[in-house]
Amino acid sequence: MIRIISENFVPVKVHIKEQPKTFERFKASWTPTQIVLDVDGTERHRIEGFLPVDDFIAELELGLAKLAFEHKDYGEAERLFKTVIEEHPAAGVAPEAAYWAGVSDYKATHRSEPLKETATLLKEKYPESEWTRKASVWMG
Amino acid sequence: MATIDWLRDVDQALAQAKAAGKPVLLDFSAAPM
Repeated sequence: MIRIISENFVPVKVHIKEQPKTFERFKASWTPTQIVLDVDGTERHRIEGFLPVDDFIAELELGLAKLAFEHKDYGEAERLFKTVIEEHPAAGVAPEAAYWAGVSDYKATHRSEPLKETATLLKEKYPESEWTRKASVWMG
Repeated sequence: MATIDWLRDVDQALAQAKAAGKPVLLDFSAAPM
């Protein structure tokens, strides 16, 4: 966890008693809350509540993937979303990462097959996930 | 043991982020620091 934070982010910690106005500024209403901010200050991902380490790292990786997606770097976004699935298949965000990996592939190639493959993968691996229901429309 | 070098100022972190081309991880805490 130390490595992923130190290598990929500029980390800043804010305490409720020391900086309540910063909590208001970013509409943080619970602790712990972590927000991934783009270099221009735009929020890209928010994590609310405690998570075990593996889930937390998966969330951070999902945040990095979302950054690449928002920057329209779809090849890199797909790679990073797939990293979440491959390294943290049991994490809560794994189905969401699978969904967006498929979308990234579609955005990069304009081929519909990746969406159908993603829907199939989600149905097999995460049948109870809301992301599987969202992807069900891609089954054709 | 390695530790994370947390900043304490969001705007300073955003300035560093812009210079380094890295995103900011903003951690809101109520735990002792």
